[in-house]
Amino acid sequence: MQYKTTINGDHTIIALTGEIDLQTSSEAREQLLELLKDRRHVLVDLSGVEYIDSSGIASLVEALQFAKSNGLFFGLVDISEAAQQVIRLARLDKVFALYDTIEDGLAAAG
Amino acid sequence: MVTECVKKLVDQAFLAKPDQLKGLRAVLRERLAAEGCGRELIDQLVVAVNEACMNIIQHAYAGDEKGTFRLEVIRNEDELIVRLIDFAPAIDKRSVKPRDLDDVRPGGLGVHFIRTLMDEVAFLDSGSSTGNILQMKKRIEWDLRCNIKQP
Repeated sequence: MQYKTTINGDHTIIALTGEIDLQTSSEAREQLLELLKDRRHVLVDLSGVEYIDSSGIASLVEALQFAKSNGLFFGLVDISEAAQQVIRLARLDKVFALYDTIEDGLAAAG
Repeated sequence: MVTECVKKLVDQAFLAKPDQLKGLRAVLRERLAAEGCGRELIDQLVVAVNEACMNIIQHAYAGDEKGTFRLEVIRNEDELIVRLIDFAPAIDKRSVKPRDLDDVRPGGLGVHFIRTLMDEVAFLDSGSSTGNILQMKKRIEWDLRCNIKQP
């Protein structure tokens, strides 16, 4: 898994790419929580995710809950088909804020 | 004449370590694709098998990276059979159950994934106080040619 962050005002877009699994999900979790602890609103670009397992989904859920409890925005954008399948399987497609594009996510984040 | 079409697609041992999973998934994808399985079926099997392997690594061996497990995948006329055989202390099978998904929290999704994606999931008797054998079956409508040649 690789990640790349882009700052846009109060928001940070973090693009996670590759395979997010038991080996790599702890790094994804750390990166997401670090941004949120810095009081950044976060958009996670999942367009380059080739595979995500339940530990990767758990990292996203933990970040979402941290964001909610701290009044921060947390959304998922441009989600790859592989990631969409697993998010739906976990029945989290109605729990996460999902956006087709980064622009849509930024507009929603305000 | 009924043609027996049973074939072992995977029979491979792995260390019970997270860094083994990427390679395991690649092996599984390659063997299933070579058998003519479609993308959707491959994705489903890879997710289910990966989650079952995670359970071996995290729960059966509880992080003991010296442990090993074996992956077997067999195809027959109308199903794929996956067996995961480990040599960890026998787990309490009653504890392996899906949780309520309405309770949104990190973790605990793996058993739900496996039971949703596979048609049958059962632990087989290992015949010993150690070791666990998880068997998962996926029914297949093979529109594939049987790769077993008739004599």
